[in-house]
Order: sequence, then C-alpha cells, then structure tokens
Amino acid sequence: MGTYLLKRLLAMVITLWLIVTLTFFLMHAIPGSPFNEERNTSEIVQQNLEAHYHLNEPLMVQYFLYLKSLVSLDFGPSITQPSQTVNDLLGRGFPISFELGMITLVIAVLSGIILGILAALRHNRIIDYMAMTFAVLGISIPNFVMATLLIQELAVNRGIFPVATWTSWHHMVLPTLALATGPMAIIARLTRSSMLEVLTQDYIRTARAKGLSPIKIVFKHALRNALLPVVTVLGTLAAGILTGTFVIEQIFAIPGMGKYFVESINQRDYPVIMGTTVFYSAFLILMLFLVDLAYGFLDPRIKLHKKEAK
Amino acid sequence: MGVPKHQEPNVTPDVLDEWFTPKKRNKDDAEAVVRPSLSYWQDAWKRLVKNKLAMLGFVFLIGLIVMAVIGPIISPHDVTKQTLSNQNLPPSGDHWFGTDDMGRDVFTRTWYGARISLFVGFMAALIDFVIGIVYGGVAGYKGGKTDNVMMRIVEILYGLPYLLVVILLMVVMGPGLLTIIVALTVTGWIGMARIVRGQVLQIKNYEFILASKTFGTKTARIIRKNLLPNTMGPIIVQMTLTVPSAIFAEAFLSFLGLGIQAPYASWGVMANDGLSTILSGYWWRLFFPALFISLTMFSFNVLGDGLQDALDPKLRR
Repeated sequence: MGTYLLKRLLAMVITLWLIVTLTFFLMHAIPGSPFNEERNTSEIVQQNLEAHYHLNEPLMVQYFLYLKSLVSLDFGPSITQPSQTVNDLLGRGFPISFELGMITLVIAVLSGIILGILAALRHNRIIDYMAMTFAVLGISIPNFVMATLLIQELAVNRGIFPVATWTSWHHMVLPTLALATGPMAIIARLTRSSMLEVLTQDYIRTARAKGLSPIKIVFKHALRNALLPVVTVLGTLAAGILTGTFVIEQIFAIPGMGKYFVESINQRDYPVIMGTTVFYSAFLILMLFLVDLAYGFLDPRIKLHKKEAK
Repeated sequence: MGVPKHQEPNVTPDVLDEWFTPKKRNKDDAEAVVRPSLSYWQDAWKRLVKNKLAMLGFVFLIGLIVMAVIGPIISPHDVTKQTLSNQNLPPSGDHWFGTDDMGRDVFTRTWYGARISLFVGFMAALIDFVIGIVYGGVAGYKGGKTDNVMMRIVEILYGLPYLLVVILLMVVMGPGLLTIIVALTVTGWIGMARIVRGQVLQIKNYEFILASKTFGTKTARIIRKNLLPNTMGPIIVQMTLTVPSAIFAEAFLSFLGLGIQAPYASWGVMANDGLSTILSGYWWRLFFPALFISLTMFSFNVLGDGLQDALDPKLRR
C-alpha cells in the first residue's frame, strides 16, 4: 500500500509537470508578446512592462520562474485585467464552479443509479426500455443543446425558473439539470448492465433462498458489487462535468471558473489560460486519484499495489 | 408427427411405429454440412440486422452521408451566399430550414455542417485507429519491459484532461479544421492503444499463435494475420464510439468559438449563432443544427452498442 501510494503520487507529479511544461511552451510558442498588439505604448513603457512580467528573460529562465511561482501556488497576473491576479479569479470562480459541479455530480450519481436499478429489476419490460431510451437520448444530446432546450421550455415559455445567473437555489435548477443529464445517462446504463450481471450470481440466489426480502437483496447484497464499475468512471465523469461547466456557465451567465477560462481564451489572456489549465488539471488528477483510492476501499479484493501491473 | 392432442395426464400413450418415417440415409452424405457455414463476420452481421435500433441508426447515418455529399449540390442556395433581404426567415417552401442572420440558407448549411462533422469524426477515428493499433499492438505483443515502459507513458498521458489539451492546442494553433483533427487525435489514440494492447495480451497466449510461431512465421506476419483479425471486434466498437465523441468535441469547440471559422458552417458554429438569437424567437437557427448533432450522436451510439452485442455475443444480455 505504501509503495503504491508513493508511486501514484510520483506519477501524479510527473503528469502535472508535463501539463505545466506543455502549457508553458505552447503558450510561448505563439508569436508576439501580449504587449505589442493594438497598443500605442512607448519604447520605455514597453520595456518596463516586459521587465515587470519577466518577458525579457531567456525562455528557460522564464520557465523556471514560472515553475517556482507555481510551487508557491502563485499563478501569476492577468494581462487583460491588470488589477487582478489569476489567484483572484480562481478564488472567486472556483467555489461557484465547485458548487455547480458537486450538485451536478450528486444528482447524476443518485438518479443514474436509481434509474439503472429500476431498469435492471424490470429487465426487458417497459420501465427498462423507457429508462434505456432516456439514457441513450441523454448521452446523445450535447449539454449545450440540453441547456438551450431547458431555457426555452422552462424559463422562456413557462417562466418556472429564471433564465440565468447563480444566486438562489431557483437559479441552480436549470444549469445543474442541463449538466447532469449526460453523466446520469452514462451511470444509468452502467448500473443496469452490472446489476444484471450481479443478479445472476450464485450468492444472490443463496440470499433469495434464505428468504431475504427483495429490497434487502438489491440494496445490501447486489448493489455493493454492482456499483464498482460506476465508481471507476466517476473520475472521467468528473472531468466531463468540469469541461461541461465551460459552456454551461457561459450559457447561464454563471460567474464561475469556466466563464473566466472561456473569456481568457477569447481574449487570449495567456497567464490566465495557463493558470486555469494547470489548476483544472491538478484538480482532475486529484479526483482520479481519490476515485482509485475509493475503489480499493469498496472492493477489498482489489489489491491496489497489484493494480499497477495491469 | 401426429401426437394425440388431449391426453389424460397419467396415461402413457401408446407410441406406434407408424407415426414415424425413418429418414433415409446413405453413407456418403452423412457428414455433409446442411447449411452453408457462416464466417464470424456473417454471423455478426446477422445478429446486427436483428437489432432494430442499431439498424435505424445505420440507415440514418447512410442517409446523412448521402445528404452530406449531395445536399449542398442539389440545394439551389449557396452555403456562404449572404442575402441581406432574407434575414432570419422562418422555414418555408423556398428555405426549408429557414435562413440565418446573414440571409444564408440553413438547409444548405446544415448539410455542409454534416460534411465537416462527419469528416472530423471519421478522420479522428481513422488516425486513432492507426496509431492505437501500432502502439497497442507492439506493447501487447512484445510484453515485458517494452510493455511496461510504453504503458507507463500511456498512463501518464491518460491523466491529461482531454478537452483541456484540445482547447490548449486550438488556442496555440489557431482555429481550423486541421487543428481540430490534430488536437483530437493527440489524446484520442490512447484509449484505442489500451484496448488493442489488452486484446493482444490475451490472444497472444492462445495455441494457434504458438502453432504459427512453431512454423517459423515472422513476427510482423503474426501480428498482421493472426492477432489483428482476432482483435477487430472491440476495435471496431471503439471506433464507432470515437466518431460521436469527436463530433461532440468539434461542436463543443465551435460552440466556444474555437472551431471552424466563418463563412463556413459546422453544426457547433450554427448552434452557437442560433443560441444568441433564441430569445428573439428564431428557433429554427438553433433547432436544426442541434437536432442533427443529437441524431448523429444517437445513431453512432446505438450502432456502436449494436455492434458490441453483435461482435461479442458472450457479453450479450
């Protein structure tokens, strides 16, 4: 276990370093400096600006300076909004995005599992077909389309929910629904197929023979094993939800991290793009790691230190 | 045979010899195969045809491909022609899907968008396929240290958040069709490589590979002739599922403003344009591209599921 953790941490650090390096050199491969376009600045101001942001140093020196500042969790300044640092943006945007993402994840996981169980228990019957049609539709409809459909129907036509922003729970309904449909569909399908498999196993028949109630069989015996595949995709789903927040926050005008990220892309604000990318990546890598740990806890048969041989 | 229909449960019926006519046999065709033997692929095809949903997706995709090729040609309107007097017309006999804010015909642009989406999807799947097969095949077949090193690299790359890398590359290389494909394949081949490797690892220990080896067959030939054909099932399924995810990624990127540039159309671009005017009531500008993105992804998904069932009947439930 100890060596496994150590190896995993090392791999995480390497992945993160790779992302930082990749981001840094890609961003600096773009011709032109942020300060010489569309701006009438004198030579001296120009030089001062470059000196201030260390842009006059050799590339490798800049790289190490950036690495150093990252280690102390300083993501640097924003170029288009000089009064702000990337840390400011992250500090303001991340809690909102995190809230949106977490609510979405919880909704998606809970309703997906329930739907999957229902479909498996009513295998090849009407509920099964309905749930699976719903699931395929959920996977097929992109979240930005879902978002606009929801806005059009529930906000504009019926006026049940507000169109945009993120202030009360009322405002949260539509964005989380739009974001949750896809992951929920994936979880429902996974739960259904693994549940169907588990239900045919001998220990379930034994439980039935003992005269346990169906509810006890499903929730105490079958579900625990059926959920393992669901846990494995949680990491990828978290990544999907995370990137989904980019468009959802854009559509619903939610002042989260995704909105700043998309804005920084459109304005080519390189330090902000770099900072948010690195932050996102670190967050995702951490999620994947936690999912792996959770997997080991849920299923003691899986020896974590053996898993790496896979 | 004429078994009497109403029987008392406890009475054993008299079985009369005259009920039966013995089949005439002769020694020559006793071992003959009655029905033509089906290859694995014919078998799979038969199973696929039985799956109605998958066939529906298949037919839709064929129709979509045909319309993508001929749609912009048979339409009387040009893809990029702007007619300012025709702004935001609702669907009508002349403009079946209406027009956009530049007076361009949405019907023509939808099929043009289908070209781009399908091209991106198929190219991404094809390139993933080539890289994934070579990388995964070598890692799986060589095994041992080579496998270890190659898979460590894949493991690290696998941790990269896929859409973030794509967005990053798009920012650096500038928006465009080629960059989308490059960006999608930079990370996309990893999944394919993992699947191929897993398959090869499993199959290479089978006896027929050993037999081939004892005949002195060269490694390259074993991989080409023995290993790859037997790994094809999961690979094809993976490809069918790569296409919709690439199409989604393109729409997503275009939606963020990183995709195909005006005046050309892709579904994502059209949906993005349509979204900004949805509140003015021009619903058709968002509806048609969104409908086709969803239908295309739906078709590929059900076809992929159907193929999975058809190619691997063991997993079928």
